[in-house]
Amino acid sequence: MGGSILGTRVLRKEDPKFLTTGGIYVDDMRNEPLLKGALHVTYVRSSVAHGLINSIDGSDALQMPGVVAFFTGADLGLTPQPSAFNPAATRTLLATDKVRYVGEPVAIVVSETREQGEDAAEMVIVDYDVLPALIDLEESMASSVHLYEACGSNVVFDTTALGIPENTGDAYFADCEVVVKGRYLNQRVAPCPLEVRGAAAAWGADGRLVEWISTQHAQGAVGPIAAANGVDPSQVHIKTADVGGGFGAKIGTYPEEQLLGVIAKRVGKPVLWRETRSESMVALGHGRAQLQYITIGGTKQGKVTHYQLHAIQDSGAWVDMGTILAPFMTRPMSSGVYAIPHIECRTTSVVTNATPTVAYRGAGRPEATAAIERAMDMFAAEIGMDAAELRRINLIPKFMDPYTTVVGQTYDVGDYETSLDKTLLTADYAGWRKKQAERRASGSSKQIGIGVSIYVEITGGVGNGENAKVEITDDGRAIVYTGTSPHGQGHDTSWSMLVNAQTGIPIDKVELVWGDSDLVPVGTGTMGSRSLQQGGNAVYKVAGDLAELAKTVAARLLEANEADIVLDTDKGIFHVAGTPAVSKTWADLAVAEKGNGGLKHDEFVGVAGATFPFGAHVAIVEVDIETGKVVHLEHTACDDAGVVLNPMLLEGQIHGGVAQGAAQALFEEVRYDADGNPITSNLADYAFISAAEMPSVNVVHMETPTPMNLLGAKGIGESGTIGSTPALQSAVVDAVAHLGVRHIEMPCTAERVWLAIQAAK
Amino acid sequence: MKVTITVNGTKYENDVEPRTLLVNYVRETLGLTGTNIGCDTSSCGACSLHIDGESAKSCTVLAVQADGCEVTTIEGIANGDTLHPMQQAFMDNHGLQCGYCTPGMVMASIGLLNENPNPTEEEVRIGLEGNLCRCTGYHNIVKSVLACANGNK
Repeated sequence: MGGSILGTRVLRKEDPKFLTTGGIYVDDMRNEPLLKGALHVTYVRSSVAHGLINSIDGSDALQMPGVVAFFTGADLGLTPQPSAFNPAATRTLLATDKVRYVGEPVAIVVSETREQGEDAAEMVIVDYDVLPALIDLEESMASSVHLYEACGSNVVFDTTALGIPENTGDAYFADCEVVVKGRYLNQRVAPCPLEVRGAAAAWGADGRLVEWISTQHAQGAVGPIAAANGVDPSQVHIKTADVGGGFGAKIGTYPEEQLLGVIAKRVGKPVLWRETRSESMVALGHGRAQLQYITIGGTKQGKVTHYQLHAIQDSGAWVDMGTILAPFMTRPMSSGVYAIPHIECRTTSVVTNATPTVAYRGAGRPEATAAIERAMDMFAAEIGMDAAELRRINLIPKFMDPYTTVVGQTYDVGDYETSLDKTLLTADYAGWRKKQAERRASGSSKQIGIGVSIYVEITGGVGNGENAKVEITDDGRAIVYTGTSPHGQGHDTSWSMLVNAQTGIPIDKVELVWGDSDLVPVGTGTMGSRSLQQGGNAVYKVAGDLAELAKTVAARLLEANEADIVLDTDKGIFHVAGTPAVSKTWADLAVAEKGNGGLKHDEFVGVAGATFPFGAHVAIVEVDIETGKVVHLEHTACDDAGVVLNPMLLEGQIHGGVAQGAAQALFEEVRYDADGNPITSNLADYAFISAAEMPSVNVVHMETPTPMNLLGAKGIGESGTIGSTPALQSAVVDAVAHLGVRHIEMPCTAERVWLAIQAAK
Repeated sequence: MKVTITVNGTKYENDVEPRTLLVNYVRETLGLTGTNIGCDTSSCGACSLHIDGESAKSCTVLAVQADGCEVTTIEGIANGDTLHPMQQAFMDNHGLQCGYCTPGMVMASIGLLNENPNPTEEEVRIGLEGNLCRCTGYHNIVKSVLACANGNK
């Protein structure tokens, strides 16, 4: 792409607004005429984890200052709705007969101010018959108390139902010289976008519902919101204000969002809702929460031949997206980067009395990587081989044509060994091993740990392409309509770069329209690291096709043959080859095409398939063996996302991903007490990672293009998270391995590390 | 209660409820929505602004406590179209993604350099411990602050 803007470090167009007046998030829409006089909605939430509702009394709340209305599910006539993933599980959008987690919405207060609503919600009296709280996954699997009686079990999804056989157990490893087993918890974590959920709803004069949501997928919200409001989808207009982070948790449409139109209709006024952080910690979906039974077997020389995984996925209290991540994301990626001839993987999803789980940065792939990487470490420790070397001898060799693993997943391209080599070199793996040996010999209380992980993941697994439209205005600007939905990724800049490369229109004359279901009716949103390879790819193709179309117009205006017309993409002008002095601008063409419906092109552009970014991470930690405290000293990340559009944005995604992965390895965990009460339900109690706990990240560049799309691009949004967590966990264990420690559960807090050292003594 | 607060150079006189937090005064009474709210435990720092030149989390201060004070928010630091050096450093170094923590982060960073004009990387990291970001992994935020410090030399 010599001379092209593509692949260069272009600063973000988005930034000046965020840096000067701040973004306009849902809660900031002071100038929206439709929201004039809006009332505030507060959800009354269950205070018990599991219970039958005897009564809900809002009479005291209704007497509170500023309270306009109070609704229960019965008041609104709500009926049970089935889960998309297991129709036997049904719930009403407000709990009417049974609550299943602390934080579940049970009633609604509508008030003039938000503070009045919060005060009044405290006055609502809900009488419960408390049922046993099932928080532990295996306890829930075995329990005769069922969250959804119609399911007949708390197991709501199992791969055996897909015709995949049960794991055969120990017999599978009969031929192995070495067999290692483990039971590991990939713990429950909270996505924690800095902006909590919020939405606003108003019925327009035309009788249509307009709703603004802090979402990753406006088009996906149309159906659920139309259904909840009892109207045709054509009567719903979803808009997206600026979104302060999503990380997967804002993909789906929540009950709180589905009900706003219903409430607005009842009170005859527009309504606004914004949860508090303490609400968000229990009512925004959680991530991970997967218990893993792992067995790995092979030869004494380090060849891994057999691998068995039973992943037990915690769905939480609703059969939401978290349910299907284990079977459809973890299982297909269970082989990781390794050529293992025999693999069995069963997944079982179980409901519990905890917050429902959803997609969270990586969504099923971090769990797959953590499982196989932990298994590799255990195997290396068992046979006394260097963990990096064991990995190397089991890697799938470099392939540039599709490769299918024994679990049936086909990867596009891969060069895992090169990513390992580059990372080990940049991280000075050999040097750190030497330092580690010196520290151990010195008997210091501060020991060094080195962790290596190699991963491959699936991106663009959601959607088979994306919609794009490019329209040229009379003054020569390009308006780009995209089905993706940026919330920090920088699509405004990236899509402008793609349009500029194809048209020569300067990036400050390209405007992006997104997240509006009227203006962009077709779109799959931003999730699963799909945006560039599908959405950007579509913009690139459509802008290119538009340039070709424009040449026919230019030919007409310049009275020349179309074949002789050249588009100068440096200047954004059309001329006849060899005579650049006589030219037409994009504005000229747009004006000329006014009578023909304008100069624009619109297309759904398909891709050949998902892509499989890969890479390697090395984490260096220092562990104080007297206190268990872990310090993350260095982190080196090689994340191969194919052809890079803007290296600055790519690095930003890696840095953020690494931090979220490190957070899971070292600090963050959502916890409940024995009665199902959340004990990490605000940012003082939940160990959200801060700047003081992160090192700067060494990014190693590597580009292996994919043939799956025009750009050669793979996803980068989740790679950093997937690679970093196992590297960090491994590093912590490695730091104390000489003391006899083989495993420490995540998060590897000082307490856990100290206990592991004591147990090994 | 009546308060007189100068915000971004303009003097405002308002009647506020005694329980009104400064962040809500700025956002709701004055309509300056650049300052964001990210938590309810004074943990995240999204609401950081300056009171008499010092960085503060405006959810920990009552509006009445700021009576007679000079308050500066993110909206008040650029000079017309010229960004404040810290804003420019965040832009140049990709120190923001979704933008939600950004106003607080920028204000806290300016406060940090006011106190320590030549911080080490570690001092920046510790200095910003009370401002949470979920997007950037802090790498480019720290880089931005260090770049701004060096640029001021």
